[in-house]
Amino acid sequence: MNTERLREKFGSLIKDIYTFRGEVTIVLDKENILQLGALLKKDSEYAFDFLSDCCGVDLFPQTPRFCVVYHLYSMLHGHRLRLKAFLHETAAAIDSVTSIWETANWHERECFDLFGIQFINHPDLRRILLPDDFVGYPLRKDFPLEGR
Amino acid sequence: MSANTTIINLGPQHPSTHGVLRVILELEGEIVVRATPDIGFLHRGIEKLSEHRSYHQIIVLTDRLDYLAAMSNNLAYVLTVEKLLNIDVPKRAQYVRVILAELQRIASHLFWLGTHAHDLGAMTPLFYCLREREPILDIFDSIAGSRLTPSFMRIGGLAADIDGSFINRVRLFTSDFSGRVDQYETLLTGNPIWQARTKGVGTMAKEEYINLGISGPLLRAAGINWDIRKAEPYSSYDDFDFAVPQGTNGDVFDRYLVRIREMRESTRIINQAVDALPEGNYTCLDSPAVFPNKDAVQKNIAAMIHHFNLVMEGIRPPAGEVYSSIESPRGELGFYIVSDGGPRPLRLKVRPPSFVNLQGLPRMVQGRMLSDAVGIIGSIDIVLAEVDR
Repeated sequence: MNTERLREKFGSLIKDIYTFRGEVTIVLDKENILQLGALLKKDSEYAFDFLSDCCGVDLFPQTPRFCVVYHLYSMLHGHRLRLKAFLHETAAAIDSVTSIWETANWHERECFDLFGIQFINHPDLRRILLPDDFVGYPLRKDFPLEGR
Repeated sequence: MSANTTIINLGPQHPSTHGVLRVILELEGEIVVRATPDIGFLHRGIEKLSEHRSYHQIIVLTDRLDYLAAMSNNLAYVLTVEKLLNIDVPKRAQYVRVILAELQRIASHLFWLGTHAHDLGAMTPLFYCLREREPILDIFDSIAGSRLTPSFMRIGGLAADIDGSFINRVRLFTSDFSGRVDQYETLLTGNPIWQARTKGVGTMAKEEYINLGISGPLLRAAGINWDIRKAEPYSSYDDFDFAVPQGTNGDVFDRYLVRIREMRESTRIINQAVDALPEGNYTCLDSPAVFPNKDAVQKNIAAMIHHFNLVMEGIRPPAGEVYSSIESPRGELGFYIVSDGGPRPLRLKVRPPSFVNLQGLPRMVQGRMLSDAVGIIGSIDIVLAEVDR
């Protein structure tokens, strides 16, 4: 995928763009996720209609601490793209993309469950893998592997 | 919930939920008004555990994700690490991987068919399907010493080379397998009870499949042609000639037909791979990330030090992130690995097809009879170990 073309088209929404092992990653501000997501889905040149995966990453002790990663796929063109938005620990919240790709529902619930990242306007944000009364977010780096 | 509805629990201990799935069903008489899946009973924190293991050790964990298709899980994981390390796998290893992955697809579909038919009241197919699944597991046993959790794939290739008896066993299996599939079809395809239980059940609009991220046989049964083996060929799949079976209605019956045909196509792929199996190395022995030959370890000090380092410390891939996915028997199985340059991944995320496909269940069962719900759950083909990780 041509990074120059992406920059040309969506330049104002893109913070950084790079390629590693043939995979293109776009880094964006969390405020722009809904706008860029909808554009990428609608634009016939990209047509990212399939959200393969959405997950969180804890980069502790770096700041910003968290990032949410989206893996997009286009059924029409057969290409892939990764979107990344960084979140500070004090404001670990991002808009839910369920309005664009419904599949994000469970992925975002899982991310909330394991990282404690909030998804704004999510239709049903509750724990999914762990019991409702579980305390803590196990995939955070400060959560011990065993012996708590 | 209204005054006319009843809430019942399907599972987590129910034979037709294929593991520990709990579905909370709101019923009006026998009609399902709302279904809410409740998962997580088998959550073992495999992603967390992976952050504390070396890249080689994680192969063993991937077996435990989808235990009905352990070879496919091995394959998806090692392909991702190989992409991160930029290793070229020898052609011979790629072909053997294809043979193993396709045998695994057949084994997985057989188990699905047997249990699914059993759920809907047909007892015989289960015995037939398990009869054919046994030789596949015996083949895995003969090369890896383990039937369900082989851990046979390695970063860079395979754990060991295959020998003549492996090829003979595979040939013996494929020689009469197509006739066995005919037997299952005799029992089910034209059977009026089977058709009455499955035709027109569990359908959704085409766009909803893509919107919900559903992949694999479910998607293809709805007439959407997407198979990662064709769309983004990995491990030399583009060398083989095979068709991608599709349905039209996306009902439980079409999902059954798609999987039956997939088993036939898998047999074709295996035959081609066995016939064209290239000579060469079973693993990429030049790469520093790959374990040296065991023979060399015992005779050569450099190989021994290399082996020692790999066991004690592991490999240090370059910092970066990769995502790679394969067509597992259930759909798009992907791994996302973030490396910070250390011996353990900073983050390993599995994209489990069962987890995503299960999300479609509430839509598929809404407005259907309770007895249809059992058939629909079966037709999604979930493995709870993979859903919950």
